[in-house]
Amino acid sequence: MSIAEAIAEAGAKPAGKRPFFLDTEIETVLAITMALVQELSVSRQRVDTLERLLERKGVLSRDEIEAYSPEPEAAIERALATQEYIARVLRIIQQRNEANQTSGDVASEDVAEEIGAGG
Amino acid sequence: MARADTPTVSYEGPPDYRVIGRHGVFPDMGHDEIERVNFLAQMNRHLSARIVPGVKAAFDTEVAPAAEKDAGRPLADRHEARKALLGHPAFRFWSAIRRMTMEQRQQAGRWTAIRQREALAEKAAELTRDDDRLALDPGLAIPRYVSAVDHHCMPGSYHQEAFPGDVTNGANYDHGNFVTTAGLLGKFADGGGHAVVKWVRRNLPDFTPHTILEIGGTVGHSSLPIAQAWPEAEMTIVDLGAPMLRYGLARAKSLGVGNVRFVQASGEDLSRFPDQSFDWIQTTMFLHELSTRSLANILRETRRLLKPGGIVLHVEQPQYTADMPLFEQVMRDWDAYYNNEPFWSRMHELDLDQAMVDAGFARDRLIHGGVTAVVDKDLFPDAADDETEDYGRKAAWHVIGAQV
Repeated sequence: MSIAEAIAEAGAKPAGKRPFFLDTEIETVLAITMALVQELSVSRQRVDTLERLLERKGVLSRDEIEAYSPEPEAAIERALATQEYIARVLRIIQQRNEANQTSGDVASEDVAEEIGAGG
Repeated sequence: MARADTPTVSYEGPPDYRVIGRHGVFPDMGHDEIERVNFLAQMNRHLSARIVPGVKAAFDTEVAPAAEKDAGRPLADRHEARKALLGHPAFRFWSAIRRMTMEQRQQAGRWTAIRQREALAEKAAELTRDDDRLALDPGLAIPRYVSAVDHHCMPGSYHQEAFPGDVTNGANYDHGNFVTTAGLLGKFADGGGHAVVKWVRRNLPDFTPHTILEIGGTVGHSSLPIAQAWPEAEMTIVDLGAPMLRYGLARAKSLGVGNVRFVQASGEDLSRFPDQSFDWIQTTMFLHELSTRSLANILRETRRLLKPGGIVLHVEQPQYTADMPLFEQVMRDWDAYYNNEPFWSRMHELDLDQAMVDAGFARDRLIHGGVTAVVDKDLFPDAADDETEDYGRKAAWHVIGAQV
C-alpha cells in the first residue's frame, strides 16, 4: 500500500500552466468547494448504501427513516446540532459583522510595532 | 410485467460505474472511490446538458451582439469568439468548473491507482513476464508534443513512471475513461473499437486483414475489439508510454486476447517494421495529440507500412468547417486551451485530405465516414441516441483514411 504516496501525489499538478477563469483567489475557493461537493455526494451515496444494506438484512425499513420522528429530547439535540453546524460554517460572516460593530480595533502587526518600539 | 430488477423509472445519463468491465490488472475500487467516479461522470453530463445551454444563450444574446457592435462587424473566427466569451461570467464559471472536474477526475483516479501501485505492478509483471509480446525501449525520446504539457491534465502523461515496472498511469487512464465521456465508451472503454469494427465490416465487407497496427493505442482499449473481430490476424499496438504498454498487454491477456503485442515506439519512426508490413493501420482519437510536423511524419510512415490493398483509418472528432457555428467551434476548441490538448485547435482546422495526399495517398482512394461508439445498450447510453452534446468529447467521431 502506498497511502502516504497517494496522499502526496494524487493531486499533483499536471505539466502546463493552469488557466484561471475567475479571480484566482475566488477560483481557488470554488475549487475547494467543488471538491467538498464531490465528497458530500460520496457520503450521501454511502449513507444510501448503508440504508439499503440494513433494509436488506431486515434491520430497518427505509420507510421508517422517512417517517422517523425524534423524541422531544432527541429533537432538541438534533436542532442544537444543526444550529452549531450552521454557526461553524458561517463563522466568517459572524466575525465580519462583529468587526463592523467594533471601533478602535487594531491590527496585531501595528501593535507589534507599537509595543516593540518601547511604547 | 417488468422483472424485479428492471428499473421502472425513466433515466438518461451515465450508468452506475459498477457495470464497468473488470480484468486482471483493473485496480481494486472501494465504495467511495466508485462513487467519486459516478459523481464526476454526472458532473460532466450536468455541465454539458444543463450548463452549456446557458453559455450558448449568453453568446447568442449578449456576447456576439456586443462584439459585433464594438467592432462594427460580426465575430470573424472561433479565436475572436472565444476571447469575447472569456468576458462573460457564464463562460468563465462553466470553464472553471469544467477544468476543476477534470482535475478532480485525475486526482480521484490517481488516488485509486497510486495507493495500490506496487500490487498493480506485480500483477502486470506476472501477466507479462518473459512475454515477447511486450517490447519496451527505455531509451525512447519523448517528443515535445507529449512532454510539454500533460494531455488532459493527466499528471505524468502516458510515459512517466514512479519505479521500474510501474503501471500507475495506465491504470489511472483506463479506469477513469468513464468520467470524461460520461459512460458513452461502454464496458471496457472500447466503444470506439467496436464502432470501427462495425464500420469496416459494413463498408469493406471483403477486407480480411492479417496484420494490423494501431498507433498511439495506449492500453489497447480501442484495439482489442479489432483483434477480437479478426482473431486470425496479428495486431501490434505501439505507444510512447511504457506504463500504458505493460498494463495494456496484461489487460489484454487477462481478457483472453492473445493476438496482440505491445511495442514502445514513436509513430514518427516505425523503422523497426519493414515497408508494407500491415494490411490495416488504425489510430483512434490520436491525431489531435500530435504536432504539425509529427502528423506529417506519421502519415508518411503509415503510407510506407501499408501493403497494397491495405487501409489506414483515423478516428477523430470532426474538423472545423465554415458551416460549423462559431459557438460550437469555441466549445470544441476549449480542450486545446484549457485542458492541455495543445494541437487540438490547429489539427481540427487542417485540410486532412491534402495532408493524406502529401503523405503519398491517392486522392481518389481517400476514405471518409462517421461512427458512434458501439456499446452494450442494456447497460450503457448509446451515443447515437444521446441528444446531449459534450462538444469535443461526445463518442461520435469522423473517420478519415485511405486505401492503397
